[in-house]
Amino acid sequence: MLPSPWRPDFPALSVMEAAGLTYLDSAATAQKPQSVIDALTGYYTAGTANVHRAGHAVGERVTEAFEATRGTVARWMGAADPAEIVFTRNATEAFNLVAYGLEHRFSAGDEIVISALEHHANLLPWQQLAARSGLTLRVLPLHESGHVDLEQAATVIGDRTRLLAVSQLSNVLGTWQPVQDLIALARQQGALTVIDGAQGAVHQRPDVHALGCDFYVFSGHKLYAPEGVGVLYGRTEALAYLRHWQYGGEMVRHAEYHRADFNPAPLGFEAGTPAIGAVLGLGAAIDYLFRLDPAGVRAHEAALLETLLRGLRTREDVQVLGSPDAALACFTVADVHATDLAYALSEQGIAVRAGRHCATPLYQHLGASGAIRVSLALYNDTEDLDRFFRALDKALNLLK
Amino acid sequence: MTLPANAQHALDAFSAAEGWENRARLLMQWGAQALPELPEALRDEAHRVAGCETAVWLNVEVHDERLRLQAASDARLIRGLLAVLIARVNGLDREALKGIDIHAWFDQLGLARQLSPSRTNGMNAVWQRILTASR
Ligand SMILES: Cc1ncc(COP(=O)(O)O)c(C=O)c1O
Repeated sequence: MLPSPWRPDFPALSVMEAAGLTYLDSAATAQKPQSVIDALTGYYTAGTANVHRAGHAVGERVTEAFEATRGTVARWMGAADPAEIVFTRNATEAFNLVAYGLEHRFSAGDEIVISALEHHANLLPWQQLAARSGLTLRVLPLHESGHVDLEQAATVIGDRTRLLAVSQLSNVLGTWQPVQDLIALARQQGALTVIDGAQGAVHQRPDVHALGCDFYVFSGHKLYAPEGVGVLYGRTEALAYLRHWQYGGEMVRHAEYHRADFNPAPLGFEAGTPAIGAVLGLGAAIDYLFRLDPAGVRAHEAALLETLLRGLRTREDVQVLGSPDAALACFTVADVHATDLAYALSEQGIAVRAGRHCATPLYQHLGASGAIRVSLALYNDTEDLDRFFRALDKALNLLK
Repeated sequence: MTLPANAQHALDAFSAAEGWENRARLLMQWGAQALPELPEALRDEAHRVAGCETAVWLNVEVHDERLRLQAASDARLIRGLLAVLIARVNGLDREALKGIDIHAWFDQLGLARQLSPSRTNGMNAVWQRILTASR
């Protein structure tokens, strides 16, 4: 029995438990701690105002809190300057911003390198950019374990490579990628680097300084914060390469009928009213994480994953995809369709994810039509896993 | 309105089933025995229902003004859902099809949740395709 000391911080967990639901889908989106809910309620209760525009006192207070959050995020992820933090709607929007913003720097024949396990969000913006500009998209192959093959990467990343975009932690295989080495390979070629931290940031506090990447992307909602806010970190020099891509209020410095000029980052990339409440909620989520003992969280999550993997591996016919290092595991069962399994688990109140997890090409590569993903967060405990395994056994009993 | 004979069978069987396990067993049985199977050769892109995570193929024909449906899926429970859906509408004419409340039908069978928009089993997409193709 391994209880989570942080579970009581998340009111939704007891509500779901009372309803007979076991939440094991945090890689899709995470539950929120009370302090995040309080921050949202507090903000809307104390009076909202638009940021960066109003000359009045409410506006000043909200703008200050909004900008303080930028500072909190910067500090949390090791950015040199709050101005390196751009708030987007989510991770997906951040990738699109970078892809459109950098388009002018690439020309036909240039190469963009991604890995075989990318989420659609870190695949399609590059694929479409390549199609628009006549670039070549190259795909880094994986080891059987689900890690990028560094030896092969060293041959794929070459003097035509202009940009490398890879995931830090796979949302399907749960594998930590050798991003540090990949970034080094890309930098040797003078290529820009984009790290998809949508899963990684949740399970290991990012340090963009140590990573040495140009861009790092994550979504608030997976990091115990509200939906509607994502983060694009860009190294100051790298942000300066981006062309503006969405136009409107807030991002403009000076406008006339027939011409305008625009703010630099970060405001220049935050066109229109941002998700102010969600940004403040993200600040509260990171404040919450700051208060936790990171080693304790990591040990807890590691023990949960071990329990999960042991349980899966001892069951006959269960096949785990790759060799997960953290946070989640996907599995298939011989002769049982993932959809049928998902159906039977869901009937028993188990919230897991079936399908291809927004990584269709990876599934084609693995030769699987779909899998079940069990994903963990710091509020899960072994009781959740016990319930999952009881439900799994019942489901298999029925379906086999 | 009287139900088609097959639909009445489904209703009798599912009303008598208690608990999700018995309903799931019935679904598998219906999927194995009562689904008008789309021939292998017709399981192509044109017949594939977009919007299902699981591959589902559907063929809608109208013969003598009557609907004739065939479907296929690799997932056993999905086959069952297809079978009870088809049992309700096969052989109806266009006018009768308009009067069908498919949510009410699944609800009567104790399967209402399977039509919720968050489901990726594709029953909603299948239903839309039946409506479009029979127009
Ligand atoms: C690895 C990875 N990248 C990107 C995303 C996209 O995140 P969002 O949908 O919040 O933009 C996800 C979320 O599913 C993910 O798991």
